[in-house]
Amino acid sequence: MSSLPGIAFQILQSVFVVLAAPLLTGWINQCRAWLQNRSAPSILLPYYTLAKLFHKDAVMARDASPLFRLTPYVLFGCMWLAALIVPVLATDLPFAPAADIIALVGVFALARVFAALAAMDIGTPFGGLGARREMLIGFLAEPAMLMTLFTAAFISGSTQLNTIVETLAHRDLAIHPSLAFAGVAFLMVLLAENARIPIDNPSTHLELTMVHEAMILEYSARHLALVEWAVAIKLFAYMTIGVALFAPWGITEGGDWGGLPLALAALAVKLALAGAGLALIETLLAKLRLFLAPEFLASAFLLAVLGMLIHFLVRG
Amino acid sequence: MATSLSGQLVNLLAAFLLLLAFAMLSQRRVLTLIHLFAWQGAALAASTLIVAYATGQAHLYFSAALTVALKVMLIPWVLHRLIDRLYVRWDIETLINIPTTMLIGIGLAIFAFALAAPISQMASTVTRSTLGIALASILLSFLMMIVRRKAVPQVIGFLAMENGLFFAATSATYGMPLVVELGVALDVLVGTFIFGIFFFHIREQFDSLDIEHMEKLKED
Amino acid sequence: MAPPSLQFSPIAGSLAVAVAWLAIGLAGLIPAGNALIARRLAFPAGALAGLALAGFGLQAIWLPAAQLVLPLGLPDLPFHLRIDALAGFFLTLLGAVAAGITIYAAGYFRKEAAGRLALIALQYHVFLASMACVILADDAYLFMVAWETMALSSYFLVTTEHRLPATRSAGFLYLLIAHLGALAILLCFGVMNGGQGDYTFDALRAAELGPPGATLAFLLAFFGFGAKAGMLPLHAWLPEAHPAAPSPVSALMSGVMIKTAIYGMVRVIYDLIGGVRWEWGLLVLAIGAATTLFGVLYALMQHDLKRLLAYHSIENIGIILLGLGMSMLFIGFGHAAAGALGLIAALYHTINHAVFKGLLFLGAGTILHSSGLRDLNEMGGLIRRMPNTAFYFLIGALAISALPPLNGFVSEWLTFQTALQAPLLEHGVMRSLVPLFAATLALAGALTAMCFVKVYGIAFLGQPREAPHAAPAPGGGRDAGALERIGMAWLAAGCFVLGLLPSTFLQMLNRVSVSLSGGGLPAEALESSWLWLVPTAAEQASYSPVIFLSVIVAVTLLAFLLVRGFYHGRARYSDPWDCGYPEQSSRMQDTADAFGQPIRHVFGPLYLMKRHLPAADDRAPRYSVQIEDRHWYLLYLPIARLAEFVSSKVGLLQRGRISIYLLYSFLTLIALLVFVR
Repeated sequence: MSSLPGIAFQILQSVFVVLAAPLLTGWINQCRAWLQNRSAPSILLPYYTLAKLFHKDAVMARDASPLFRLTPYVLFGCMWLAALIVPVLATDLPFAPAADIIALVGVFALARVFAALAAMDIGTPFGGLGARREMLIGFLAEPAMLMTLFTAAFISGSTQLNTIVETLAHRDLAIHPSLAFAGVAFLMVLLAENARIPIDNPSTHLELTMVHEAMILEYSARHLALVEWAVAIKLFAYMTIGVALFAPWGITEGGDWGGLPLALAALAVKLALAGAGLALIETLLAKLRLFLAPEFLASAFLLAVLGMLIHFLVRG
Repeated sequence: MATSLSGQLVNLLAAFLLLLAFAMLSQRRVLTLIHLFAWQGAALAASTLIVAYATGQAHLYFSAALTVALKVMLIPWVLHRLIDRLYVRWDIETLINIPTTMLIGIGLAIFAFALAAPISQMASTVTRSTLGIALASILLSFLMMIVRRKAVPQVIGFLAMENGLFFAATSATYGMPLVVELGVALDVLVGTFIFGIFFFHIREQFDSLDIEHMEKLKED
Repeated sequence: MAPPSLQFSPIAGSLAVAVAWLAIGLAGLIPAGNALIARRLAFPAGALAGLALAGFGLQAIWLPAAQLVLPLGLPDLPFHLRIDALAGFFLTLLGAVAAGITIYAAGYFRKEAAGRLALIALQYHVFLASMACVILADDAYLFMVAWETMALSSYFLVTTEHRLPATRSAGFLYLLIAHLGALAILLCFGVMNGGQGDYTFDALRAAELGPPGATLAFLLAFFGFGAKAGMLPLHAWLPEAHPAAPSPVSALMSGVMIKTAIYGMVRVIYDLIGGVRWEWGLLVLAIGAATTLFGVLYALMQHDLKRLLAYHSIENIGIILLGLGMSMLFIGFGHAAAGALGLIAALYHTINHAVFKGLLFLGAGTILHSSGLRDLNEMGGLIRRMPNTAFYFLIGALAISALPPLNGFVSEWLTFQTALQAPLLEHGVMRSLVPLFAATLALAGALTAMCFVKVYGIAFLGQPREAPHAAPAPGGGRDAGALERIGMAWLAAGCFVLGLLPSTFLQMLNRVSVSLSGGGLPAEALESSWLWLVPTAAEQASYSPVIFLSVIVAVTLLAFLLVRGFYHGRARYSDPWDCGYPEQSSRMQDTADAFGQPIRHVFGPLYLMKRHLPAADDRAPRYSVQIEDRHWYLLYLPIARLAEFVSSKVGLLQRGRISIYLLYSFLTLIALLVFVR
């Protein structure tokens, strides 16, 4: 299983994800602009932004601790690990068993904790505000995500993403009501974790309405570039997990270079549709009052638990 | 356990029904409640149609048509007109807060599933695993009736309960005899009209549809 | 994998270590100038003895059980000792964690007054020795003697600051509940014995109990040991006693002592009673879930650092009980492998918690010693003055939040894997309930992460919240000393080792499980290399913390080098962003209560809150909120009132007049003459 072509495939897959993630963000911004009847920016705008940020001098507060400076790299590392593990183009990759779905949720939790700690580092009220709100959303989003993935795990009998995707891709077309519940819950968690409307507005500039942006207010230049890049990779990873769980057709085996073009094409189509869908949801919904966000996420959590229970009922 | 396509579709619609019951439990706006109720009626009609097609029972087509006419079109329209004339728009307070209600709902769902498990073994229809879901949606609608403060959501809860009963009947025994069904449908229609009349009386008496005011009718 | 055999067999070695601890404690009493022995030698020697004990414990896991009979004790009741895999595991836990804490204590207590230091050294080492004897005990008599000694010595340690009334009442509550628990355990031994006369564990193991007898014994053991472990509803002593004690003692109590209660539970329920029933598992699961949620929700509301850590101990005991409950459930239904997995998950969490909770308490102790601060609302920016402590505390905080690749994540992962075996169960309701308990575990894990972001962020990061503490405090404001750093580093290294080499520990714990219940993990799980953790089958679940950590570290370095290589690493320094409002002070940061406010809002009805809000025209507005434990008013105070009532009625017997007492003796004499003819 640890063959050299397999490892090369896996590393290439992760590089592909890291490089393609800002493109997805650009596509979603374009769709949003079209839906809001504005003229859209270039789809490559996130890349230009990243390049611009890397060129700048970093401006930091005088009291910034080493944790503050380390966090953007740690965030980037965590998201790269997620890109390595999620079956984007192929299942059965050699290092994919290093982390199953629970560890994947753990990676995102690690990133969230480091971001929150860095936010509290400077000592301004905004950092504390961002950290507090992020943890408020996270404490329900993480269990909801875990329960959603558990539903998929119960259906396929394993917590390995490889096995789950293979089981769901290759079995006969069966409609699982529990997966339907899990899908709705997953969508709600995706919106919450990636700081999208209705939980958070990614394009706000009013500090008191921010959740995620408030945590990264103090970052600039290369640190900000790494954090923004990590956010884009996170969105890409979440969407790919959703695609892998709920629409896994077209995915290829590790080391099978022949199936690669089909996998790439299928992924592009699925992500384009998903991105447009996300933009549509963001345009139709309005941002929730902050204390309605726990209710939103509690509904996601309960839906996921309900999906698990329905699985047990319908199966036996 | 490979169930046929129709069985899977009915399972999916049953899950959708349960989802709607939970959504109604957590909704605050009365207008959305009516829409959800209409969707529930549509899901019910669709599942009856599928069962009719899969088993070839002609009278189920008729009851599906009746469901569409009554529960998707007529009753929501009546309720709409009612809340228009009563100026009811929001129902913000419930007796206990919404997350706790949802937790109790989950508990009821588990209870219903556990109760229905042995019965499902005995039934031989194509839809037997949905009995638990139907029972759960009945209990959830009952819960909604208990925790709401205004009168209109309570009526919707009552109607949703009847939806659940109908679905339970379809899933266990291929529907009730047509005569009974027509009788029940008529009862529900008449009941809705009577509720409407009561709403006006309550509002005239207390200037509000909050049921707490009815406690003033006590003897002391 | 047999370690090199030592001169002593493990049981003789462990006994020698226990005696050595007693000797060290007594030696500290030798009146020399300035209590030289106690100050310089006692604690380091104790730490070395702890390391030796850990070695003997490790050895014992791999060897078959051994027994020893001591000529001590009463004439017909000698002390029996026994060491098997389970005892070996707990001895390893005790020795390794105590070594780190004792080395820290060597530095912590260095500046104490001579008399007090000698007493503390004595009580401390007697405490350690009694815990070792509890684990080694093979008959009920030695067990109870050691148990009571443990309770007494820790009581004296808790009330070290006995001049404070709060400490005295905390100690009293602790002793009271400890004794109630001991009473239940004693009754449990009585029930298990069934009237045969011999109280050795061999005899108790062999005694056949019917289902009602077994269930009664289980309930007594569960609540008796649970009182010592700090589970609901007998937890009230934990948040009072742990903060009152000196920090190394809190670490020892929270890290090791409550684990001896878990040892007792596992020993009595799995080994002595045997025949585990699934209904017991359901009860343990339910109480475990309630304990977990209670602990973490109340911890989020605390602003006293040590009290917060004490509530987290309650939460983690709940998590251990969740693992034990699932194990009992599976064993009760006949699934030995899944039951073994649950037991292994619970025991793994036991040692994990010992290590990271010890580390956190030691960090809190350093903060207290160095800056005199205990209230989170007054701290801030300590990372600049105490970088070493901040680093170790961060490791502890990440570990307890169950974040990969540290140790807390491994045991939670194993517990989740156990819950995912639920489809094996035939009972429909149980099959759907087990995932619900997994959901409470997930919720608790997320809440713990939130709590420790709060603790670390408020204590170490940001700016000092109270201006007087911006300057060095009376304690010197310095970082931890050398010995203290060694202690914390030892425990932090333990966090890493337990997190990065889980399959080694899995094999070790599998031996424990096999020796206890006969069931173990499937062979495939044990054959995987040190790199992968596979609890059941590779396609079902696997995890590799080493790869995890190496990828993150590699990418971090790569990103750093690439950015420096392609662009630059220039940085400028200036003021933080103030949104155009220049009058910002450090008081405007979040306090601990502010950070917990969203939770207070969401979970409001669960707390008993007393709030004082200022009115609109208050001259001196004051805002206060007090969170109290409902169990006081629902359980403890009514029982206290009942006890007072009964004793006041019994007190009527005491009149104070001699004639009445003589009358009592006379009546008793007549009664005896009548009835014993």
